[in-house]
Amino acid sequence: MSDHKTMTLTLIVWRQKNATVPGKFETYTAKNITSHHSFLEMLDCVNEDLIAAGKEPIVFDHDCREGICGMCSQVINGAPHGGQDRTTVCQLHMRKFKDGDTIYIEPWRARAFPIIKDLIVDRAALDTIIQAGGYTSCHTGGVPDGNAILIPKPIAEEATDAAECIGCGACVAGCPNGAAMLFTSAKVSQLALLPQGRAEAATRVKNMTAAMSQCGFGNCTNHYECMAACPKGINVKFIARMNREFIKAQFA
Amino acid sequence: MQFISSSIGRKILMAVTGQAMVLFAIIHLLGNSSIFGWLNGGINAYAEHLHSMPLPIIIGFRLVLLAMVCVHIWFGIQLTLENRGGRPSDYAVKFTQKASFASENMIWTGTLLGLFLLYHLAHFTFQVISPETAALKNLVPLHDAMVPNVLGMVVAGFKNILVTLIYSGAMVALFLHLSHGIQSFFQTMGWSCDKSQPLLVKFGSLVALVLFLGYVTIPLTIIAGILKG
Amino acid sequence: MILDGKCPTGPIEKTWDKHRFDLKLVNPANKRKYNIIMVGTGLAGGAAAASLGELGYNVQAFCYQDSPRRAHSIAAQGGINAAKNYPSDGDSILRLMYDTIKGGDFRAREHDVWRLAQVSNNIIDQCVAQGVPFARDYAGYLDNRSFGGAQVSRTFYSRGLTGQQLLLGAYSALSRQIKAGTVKMHTRREMLDLVVVDGVARGITVRNLVTGEIETHAADAVCLASGGYVNVFYLSTNAKGCSVTANWSAAKKGAFFANPCYTQIHPTCIPQAGEYQSKLTLMSESLRNDGRIWVPKNKADIGKLPADVPEADRDYYLERKYPSFGNLAPRDIASRNAKEACDNGLGVGPGGRGVYLDFADSIKRLSEDTIRERYGNLFEMYEKITDENGYKRPMRIYPAPHYAMGGLWVDYNLMSNIPGLFVLGEANFSVHGANRLGASALMQGLSDGYFVIPYTIGGYLVTVKPGDVKNDHPEFKKSVEDVKARTNKFLNINGKKTITEFHRELGKVMWNDVGMARSKESLTDAIKKIPAIREEFWQNVKVTGSGAELNQQLEGAGRVADFLEFGELLAKDALHREESCGGHFRVEHQLPDGEAKRNDADFSYVGAWEFKGNDKEPELHKEPLKFETIHLAVRSYK
Ligand SMILES: Cc1cc2nc3c(=O)[nH]c(=O)nc-3n(C[C@H](O)[C@H](O)[C@H](O)COP(=O)(O)OP(=O)(O)OC[C@H]3O[C@@H](n4cnc5c(N)ncnc54)[C@H](O)[C@@H]3O)c2cc1C
Ligand code: HEM
Ligand code: HEM
Ligand code: SF4
Ligand code: F3S
Ligand code: FES
Repeated sequence: MSDHKTMTLTLIVWRQKNATVPGKFETYTAKNITSHHSFLEMLDCVNEDLIAAGKEPIVFDHDCREGICGMCSQVINGAPHGGQDRTTVCQLHMRKFKDGDTIYIEPWRARAFPIIKDLIVDRAALDTIIQAGGYTSCHTGGVPDGNAILIPKPIAEEATDAAECIGCGACVAGCPNGAAMLFTSAKVSQLALLPQGRAEAATRVKNMTAAMSQCGFGNCTNHYECMAACPKGINVKFIARMNREFIKAQFA
Repeated sequence: MQFISSSIGRKILMAVTGQAMVLFAIIHLLGNSSIFGWLNGGINAYAEHLHSMPLPIIIGFRLVLLAMVCVHIWFGIQLTLENRGGRPSDYAVKFTQKASFASENMIWTGTLLGLFLLYHLAHFTFQVISPETAALKNLVPLHDAMVPNVLGMVVAGFKNILVTLIYSGAMVALFLHLSHGIQSFFQTMGWSCDKSQPLLVKFGSLVALVLFLGYVTIPLTIIAGILKG
Repeated sequence: MILDGKCPTGPIEKTWDKHRFDLKLVNPANKRKYNIIMVGTGLAGGAAAASLGELGYNVQAFCYQDSPRRAHSIAAQGGINAAKNYPSDGDSILRLMYDTIKGGDFRAREHDVWRLAQVSNNIIDQCVAQGVPFARDYAGYLDNRSFGGAQVSRTFYSRGLTGQQLLLGAYSALSRQIKAGTVKMHTRREMLDLVVVDGVARGITVRNLVTGEIETHAADAVCLASGGYVNVFYLSTNAKGCSVTANWSAAKKGAFFANPCYTQIHPTCIPQAGEYQSKLTLMSESLRNDGRIWVPKNKADIGKLPADVPEADRDYYLERKYPSFGNLAPRDIASRNAKEACDNGLGVGPGGRGVYLDFADSIKRLSEDTIRERYGNLFEMYEKITDENGYKRPMRIYPAPHYAMGGLWVDYNLMSNIPGLFVLGEANFSVHGANRLGASALMQGLSDGYFVIPYTIGGYLVTVKPGDVKNDHPEFKKSVEDVKARTNKFLNINGKKTITEFHRELGKVMWNDVGMARSKESLTDAIKKIPAIREEFWQNVKVTGSGAELNQQLEGAGRVADFLEFGELLAKDALHREESCGGHFRVEHQLPDGEAKRNDADFSYVGAWEFKGNDKEPELHKEPLKFETIHLAVRSYK
């Protein structure tokens, strides 16, 4: 908490009224920003100024502001979530920027994520992928004791690594092909690793990857940008695992 | 059918055909390196050896290779077009962390390779580019027989600076294509994990580099006058 | 009115089983004729919607986010309790019930708590079957840890992500039902009104947050699972979108609001850095296992680097005042003492709102690596936010509003006093009494959602004819008009202050006067100030844009307007409750050593308020609490 200097920044922000009209960049100035502002708090301040001036504030998705809900979604200077390792925009702080910086702020861009307004996009396609098979078909009640199925610690840990995905869609935004492979593979892998999920592994991987294409996501050409953009550090090894599951499923 | 229409299925076809071509490229390089004399009779002997195989095998091999190339090209174009559509507009600022020039330009390095192959086949297989040096027309004695002078054709070809440049350029394309393609194959087939993946990236680039160096050595040593006909 | 919780009778161990048997069943063929509305798809709502859909009911589910996976349940870090007794350390359903009742300072209903403890075990099994990756030991068995001062190890966890993993489990079950067509999911919809026809809940009015359209949905039963209301304090550990709006719209239609003054303040949050701060981040309280809490003894030392304050000049106040529990004193005690130290001018960091949580001794004793192994991710999070290295200098922490024990009043069947209106999860008041133990909110949400509502709602539905009221009924039209009128009012004020300014102002009053330590004066003061802010709000708020589009200012305006009404009720409840219990601390009612002094003779009841409009006094209804299984005792943590 040492420095009390404030910064002034130039923001070049994508503004788009709704899904049907084309958008464009507008320039704003963010004043009196300290290094302790979070990125979203910086935008809050800009918005307060805009409202005071009778202008429409910039809208952006956010909710938990602690990096777990996956709601926040902004591309900052070309990097989904701003490019800080394992950090969502809401956890990004202004100490990463310098006084006088120019910052480009854009929404996720992908065919499967149509823009709703300004920085807000429609990520329903990710839900559609999960609905295609991202579950075990167990009933409420009538399941065996939790300890009836033993799961070795390393397997449980690896499944948890995959399960950490917050569904933010930064992988899609970062992928030059707009592919949802990392997201899909995280769920496929989590459930494929666990014995509870094995029974449906073959149909799951087929249905989820089919849904992925139907939603308009691109195909993977192994750029690995998704992994770099992912705020939860989901590893592309899960894409390899999903590919493996897919091949296995052809013989199932 | 579902396999061929699915995203991963088509990827796998790309990977398998691509990788089969990599294998061919490796064997082809080994064969071509006979030009440096490790085989008694040099490249002429090697070519003769290949040509004396039963016809069905030769034709079969060529058909398979042709099919590979066709499948690879067809799906390569299809997937690339789809992927362009996946992200319809670019960001104002380009920022990449993991993607490389090679990975982003597979379609272009691939296209260059395709064009090169056409040229290369016309040059050395159908021998229509410079008919006067065509091996089939210029027979030379080898052991007790007369065989096509492949060595003469290759050496004469690469004496031409333009031809050497075309080949060298194509080898750069090959290097780029494979520096991404080889590790990509393992990832696509699911034969990689978090520990092996970064190693495979290095391994792929290494193999690509070896192929590149191996291939360019031939025209370069010829044009430099080190390797003579 | 004296309220009846409709609890079953007989020996408590049999009550839930017997009640389930007594409940009438809906004929399977008829189930699909019943429409059920589920507002909220967090742990409680998501689990409920999935289970009801699977049973064959037609479910319409709503959430304000873009996906059910984003409900604030996702943020829970610590874990979820269950009475499995896997470690064989003496746990049992009865002990879990006992701990919960005692932790809640004897202000919860015994039968509800018994049921919660009983189904806690089914929850774990259910989640495992869904593929929730709970922590396992090397042999492959489920791992447990102890949490929140419990003497047994009964907390199941998945790294620091338990809430996320449980929510994703419920979300996946819900996704399966959406695919099957039994649940229709309406995302980015905010419930703004409850539609009551002839005294029965019949539907809701929502705003489509993308198009701005006002929609109505009719149903045979309405369930609210809309989470907690501690954003009334402006800064809290809750998500920005958490509000009291769904609950308050029901309260305005006659649903009783129970114990609004029971709010929990969590002691280990990252302090506010400046006026612009938008929310507070919680760090797991497990940090208190190895960190020592202190402030400088002398004001002269406040500005100094912590390392420059000599040992003798530090006040380890928790260790001094509560020698046996020390730094592990319960949440309310730890929180109150931190605020006290800061109020006395001894706080550290910006604005003097923070106390040190010092790991130097543990690092010396155990090594930095051990500490990193135990809390590495928390230290990382702390550094990300504060830019300070917690290994090198003590962390700064400060309490923050965290959880709402109060909520809409419900009976044993989770039905409010309005027939057909059910309330689940943090939105109801049922099981935590005056204070919630760690790892028990997740348990409650899933218990309500998976194992309670699927039974109890049937008992209600058999009494109504499916599809009796449609959304062309005049009450729906009226509701739409009301909502539109309010929207237009917001947009037409065109004043000078933003909604954030009003929310902040309300938050300051709530925190200072209705926060951790409440007194008659502070509460009376708040009850004067809040209506003044509210009045100014309706004169001077500025909401830009229009109603026919995505408009976050408009959304915020509605939420703040509701908080401005609800905050007053919260203060009134706190004023009326002349005792200290759990999260409700009245400075007038403390033991000589500063401990909460409960008044069982006069206040052993649930206080359920009937809202009658801003210009009228709310009416208090009481549900007396009986303790037959667990006997009243004084809580002591000395
Ligand atoms: C940081 C943090 C850590 C926690 N850690 C723990 C822990 O370790 N263990 C534990 O047991 N508990 C913990 N808790 C408490 C626990 O997480 C919550 O009490 C619980 O998850 C609440 O679940 P819920 O389903 O009732 O509400 P929520 O998960 O908040 O869901 C509310 C739902 O209602 C919807 N909604 C709200 N209003 C409207 C409206 N007007 N219209 C339409 N939809 C609406 C939302 O979209 C959302 O879907 C923690 C809480 C926080 C904040
Ligand atoms: C003939 C023209 C060629 C074209 C148009 C072409 C095009 C492409 C494209 C677009 C890709 C990326 C597709 C994807 O990853 O989804 C690709 C991948 C690949 N190509 Fe080619 N290529 C050609 C020739 C070759 C040749 C000659 C070789 C080998 C010597 C080769 C080997 C590979 C390999 C190994 C891959 C990686 C497959 C994977 O991603 O798993 N290609 N090619
Ligand atoms: C300097 C480099 C190269 C030399 C000297 C060379 C040489 C030759 C020669 C002499 C032939 C004719 C063989 C014969 O018909 O007897 C041939 C064929 C061929 N070459 Fe190359 N080549 C080179 C690089 C490449 C590369 C990089 C590729 C592609 C990856 C390639 C693919 C082929 C193919 C597909 C054939 C036809 C094989 C067949 O007839 O079945 N070549 N090459
Ligand atoms: S894989 Fe990573 S980037 Fe993609 S949705 Fe999940 S958390 Fe976000
Ligand atoms: S960046 Fe895209 S191409 Fe594949 S490896 Fe990641 S999805
Ligand atoms: S706002 Fe929740 S992850 Fe950023």
